Amino acid sequence: MLNPISAAFIKAKQENRPALLTYTVAGDSSKKQSLDILKSISKDADILEVGVPHNTPVADGSQIQTSAYRAIKNGIKVNDIFKIVKEFKKFDKNKPVILMGYYNMIFQYSENKFLNKCKLSGVNGLIVVDLPWPENKDFAKKCKKKSIYFIQLLSPTTTKQRLKKIIKDSHPMNYFISMLSTTGGKLKVSPNDILKNYTKIKKIDPKKEIVIGFGITEKTIGKLKSADGLVVGSAICKEISKSLRHRQNPVTNVSKLVKKLKSKIL
Amino acid sequence: MKLKKGIPVIDQGNKLGFWGDKFGGNFVPETLKKPIEDLEALFNKLKKDKKFIQERDKYFKNWIGVPTRFIKLENLTKHVGGAQIWSKVVSDANGGAHKIYNATVHCLLAKRSGKKVICGDTGAGYAGKMLSMAAKKFGLKCKIFMGAKDIARQQPNVKAMKKNGAEVVPVYSGSQTLVDAVSECMRFWVANCDTSAMCVGSTVGPAVFVRICGWSTSQISRELKVQLIDEFGSIPKKLKLYNCVGGGSSSFGFWNEFMDYDKKQCEFIGVEAGGPAKSKKHAAPLTYGSKIGILHGAAQYVNQNSDGQIEETESISAGLDYPGISPLHCFLKDTKRARYTAASDEQALEAYKLVTRFENLRPSLEPSHAFAVAISDSKKLSKDTIVVVNSCGDAYKDREILKKRLGKKYVKSN
Repeated sequence: MLNPISAAFIKAKQENRPALLTYTVAGDSSKKQSLDILKSISKDADILEVGVPHNTPVADGSQIQTSAYRAIKNGIKVNDIFKIVKEFKKFDKNKPVILMGYYNMIFQYSENKFLNKCKLSGVNGLIVVDLPWPENKDFAKKCKKKSIYFIQLLSPTTTKQRLKKIIKDSHPMNYFISMLSTTGGKLKVSPNDILKNYTKIKKIDPKKEIVIGFGITEKTIGKLKSADGLVVGSAICKEISKSLRHRQNPVTNVSKLVKKLKSKIL
Repeated sequence: MKLKKGIPVIDQGNKLGFWGDKFGGNFVPETLKKPIEDLEALFNKLKKDKKFIQERDKYFKNWIGVPTRFIKLENLTKHVGGAQIWSKVVSDANGGAHKIYNATVHCLLAKRSGKKVICGDTGAGYAGKMLSMAAKKFGLKCKIFMGAKDIARQQPNVKAMKKNGAEVVPVYSGSQTLVDAVSECMRFWVANCDTSAMCVGSTVGPAVFVRICGWSTSQISRELKVQLIDEFGSIPKKLKLYNCVGGGSSSFGFWNEFMDYDKKQCEFIGVEAGGPAKSKKHAAPLTYGSKIGILHGAAQYVNQNSDGQIEETESISAGLDYPGISPLHCFLKDTKRARYTAASDEQALEAYKLVTRFENLRPSLEPSHAFAVAISDSKKLSKDTIVVVNSCGDAYKDREILKKRLGKKYVKSN
């Protein structure tokens, strides 16, 4: 069976637009609410990235940190995250879900047990922020055996030679970090320059899907729509924080935001 | 797992930077892979370059003021009535602590790589203070990340950093201590690695930072070896080297040159921060059997919960208040070359009182932990045993804490 992640890209291409990927933190601000958010945005988002919150996230900016700390404070555990995904898949079984997090959480759970749980709950892909290539080779192979995509990260600092090696080993989807930044930084590079880099990477193996993430908001998403997919994370986390601060419902607000994001790439 | 003889421990890691195939490594975001590789190539080249070594030695001698003293604590020895207690007074170094060695080397490397800015983390404020001094000396802009809780409790060092022209960035996330400062500093580097160099303040972080720091602080044991031979004619038959261990930079540097000696002749004792006697929280992952996990880019023993969230630590000493520990120390523990134990806040304070009562020496709260164990061990040891404690920091920075806990008479005005 085709991995739903690949199916989502095919569908987006048929509609002549990039795939929209959202990132929300599991358990933010509660287990139930994070599940409700996933359900409410699944009609507009093509792929759902679900963050596994960690309390020493070295690559995340303040918005995602705030969401992660909030989720941990509210008691989220790794097992709850699998439950959330499983519940969500009952609601929309074909919508691809990617877990994104830091390696220590997987290491403590044990790689094999973690992957088994991913399989059972319906996780389709994994992004492990601090497990770069070639350190991730063995783990990526284990993922492949379970038909779970291990998504490689590529950065503006990745050398051409290294890009080639990573892409050669990679699964059908890769993630290009738009600029030198933690998540949610202000876009300090022009969308044109980002797309130039993207095109260079895309040429190495045009069959592999490349999504762009980091610093993408309502304002910038429209200018990047020639990519295979675009990820919005911090802007959504920020919306949740803002809603909570104003005692509004994060579920409806996030849902509205994702709808708006989608309208900009149609 | 085995320690090899004749090869520096910092160079005993495997291809991927793991000591004993298990500790250390490079668990970093993709963005940092290239800058880390560049730094590694530069360091590997320069550490074999005679001119660079000469340059380092010149600054160590003329600016840091090496060698630091090696003194006998006569009165304390008499009072304890067991082993001879000596101290390597590393706090003599310019700035008042061992952190100056690593800071100087990082600034020299940053200059060579053409970087204009250097960022660093700090707990007790010493790593930050020294980096700000070195940055000023070498004409680099300096940015220091420090937990808000540490900023409040280590004011003298914060003032020093600012005076040296560094920007001190308070970190409010998590426990607002060293662990969060290191995370925030790494985040800054992720976003600015094209223009900035990063100095990790201890033998922690991705493998190259562990190696650079260990290489830099090894100056301490190079001096001590010469001083021991000067004093005793040869390396004593029964030598015990006591050092506090937080991240592990001073202890590693204090031991490095003695690595190949049999541990029966030259024993290493690392003293971690046990935290308040009444608290369950501590900063002693090796003593209390913490599990291996990944923190700040390296696999190590680290205080964490079953899910893998890093746990909050507690210690009177900001410099030891870190949930993890250098991969080098994990390696020395598992190969049984070094022995690790802990001292509580209260034991450290008692040791500080005792040392300052008998000697003209004011160890900061970090080495006071080492003194606590050294003094209690010395009572049971023979008179021909040479106990050396690395007094790696000066208590000036702790004056507010000491005043509060022990009263005014234990705090000198300068």
